[in-house]
Amino acid sequence: MSTASLASELGSVRDLPICAQPAQTVTSHPSTSAETMQTIHTPSPTAVPNARRTALRDGTQRVLRAVIPPILGFALLILIWELVSMKTKGIPGPLVVWHAAVALFSDPFYSNGPNDQGIGWNILSSLKRVAIGFGFAAAVGIPMGFLIGRFQFLNKALDPLISLLRPVSPLAWLPIGLLVFKKADPAATWTIFICSIWPMILNTAQGVQRVPQDYMNVARVLNLSEWKIITKILFPSVLPYMLTGIRLSIGTAWLVIVAAEMLTGGVGIGFWVWDEWNNLKVEHIIIAIFVIGIVGLLLEQLLIQLAKRFSYENA
Amino acid sequence: MKPLVQIEHVGMQFDTKKGPFVALSDVNLQIREGEVVSLIGHSGCGKSTLLNLIAGLTLPTDGALICNGREIAGPGPERAVVFQNHSLLPWLTCFDNVYLGVERVFGGKESKAKLRERTQAAIEMVHMAHAASKHPGEVSGGMKQRIGIARAFAMEPKILLMDEPFGALDALTRAALQDELIGVMQKTGATVVMVTHDVDEAVLLSDRVVMLTNGPAATIGEILEVNLAKPRNRLSLADDAEYIRCRQAILEFLYQKQLKKAA
Repeated sequence: MSTASLASELGSVRDLPICAQPAQTVTSHPSTSAETMQTIHTPSPTAVPNARRTALRDGTQRVLRAVIPPILGFALLILIWELVSMKTKGIPGPLVVWHAAVALFSDPFYSNGPNDQGIGWNILSSLKRVAIGFGFAAAVGIPMGFLIGRFQFLNKALDPLISLLRPVSPLAWLPIGLLVFKKADPAATWTIFICSIWPMILNTAQGVQRVPQDYMNVARVLNLSEWKIITKILFPSVLPYMLTGIRLSIGTAWLVIVAAEMLTGGVGIGFWVWDEWNNLKVEHIIIAIFVIGIVGLLLEQLLIQLAKRFSYENA
Repeated sequence: MKPLVQIEHVGMQFDTKKGPFVALSDVNLQIREGEVVSLIGHSGCGKSTLLNLIAGLTLPTDGALICNGREIAGPGPERAVVFQNHSLLPWLTCFDNVYLGVERVFGGKESKAKLRERTQAAIEMVHMAHAASKHPGEVSGGMKQRIGIARAFAMEPKILLMDEPFGALDALTRAALQDELIGVMQKTGATVVMVTHDVDEAVLLSDRVVMLTNGPAATIGEILEVNLAKPRNRLSLADDAEYIRCRQAILEFLYQKQLKKAA
């Protein structure tokens, strides 16, 4: 890393409070203030403090450039929302929803029987269903992916089946789940299992097929045991593909659980949305939309961070 | 003395979409223990194919290869390979990459401490001790190849096979690694077969230079003995008469006798 970029890195992280002042001016007149700063600093002969100041300024500008567009995006959303709520009867505005959310999240873990529980319990039970369904899917899908990737025969045998079943909405499997398990809860988990398993199988299989021949040649020359081949070569090189599969699976699972719970009832964020619709508490539905989005986002980011940890430069 | 590797009437034919392709035909060569042999020829002449046959990564369609009195039926650690693209496992540190090979060869008979000692020694031999705990992605191309060489030498193979080991490096790094290799070979007295397309590299490092004719159906065209004392020094060799003679002989073979029509 060059010293300049290091300095700007420092500038963006450590010196942020110091830069609060120029930051505000930039927000009010972004182009003019940037220009004046440049005309002042560029011809200055004192190089060292100047360079530091430039780095500082670059740092704050970079932070601003990263932060301002999303803030504007959200502002636009809230503006449109406010306008829609003023024109349309029944849709609460941002402020109403905000107050409702504060009330809701001040006591997220209350429990007045199975049909009236805090939002925290609802989120947790949805996450639990996703975790169980996904766990089973991983337990079945990853080994199956390895087998399909390793043996051409299995690949040819199962590929048409997977191609046929994969496009089916997992909710279509819900009645089968209800029939087999006779209960709503395992049936919802079952739909999660079904929707999670395809990306797991396909990505793992692809990872196994794409293990570089060079690594396999190393294994052959070293005459490694089958166990060493699996632990030292196959598994690490398939891991990034597997993590992609996991990310796709969890993403879909989180999409599907809301719909599945609307159908099956019980405790869960999807059921909660439906319940609040029956109570005509539209502000709670809007809160639920945000909550579902945020939880999905967090899951995705968590798995991206995990994938980064295990991705290796091949060059 | 009995040769370490005997290559007898070896032919190699690949099945391609356009039908069979004869890469090598009737190759005969004997490699003595402690000898350094270079395989040189135009690209596509089957140098690497021949090396892979000695490694056992592919098996010949004709003839036989014998190593240490036994027919080569597959790859094994007594014939270590240094790959052109180093082929280090990116999720293991440099140390662990070397250790993987050491463990395989000596794991049954030696203690863990001894295995680590061997690994460390091999890494020190290629002057990479400072980067032993780094991952391959964190070191330069030349350093990766040093580790690749360390991995191969640490297994104490009967014969070391190198497939254009310095082909992917820049000229200066290549020279540094060639000198490194000269030192290591001097120390270990290893038997080496090396594929190269670099005339100077071939003369500098080898006892014999095996020149292959152009494919298809390539075979050995000429074998040149390099009668230069070891250890060799690239600076003093520059105007050595024998060095110039060898260089000239290879260049003549490559650019007069085996000139590729449409290269």
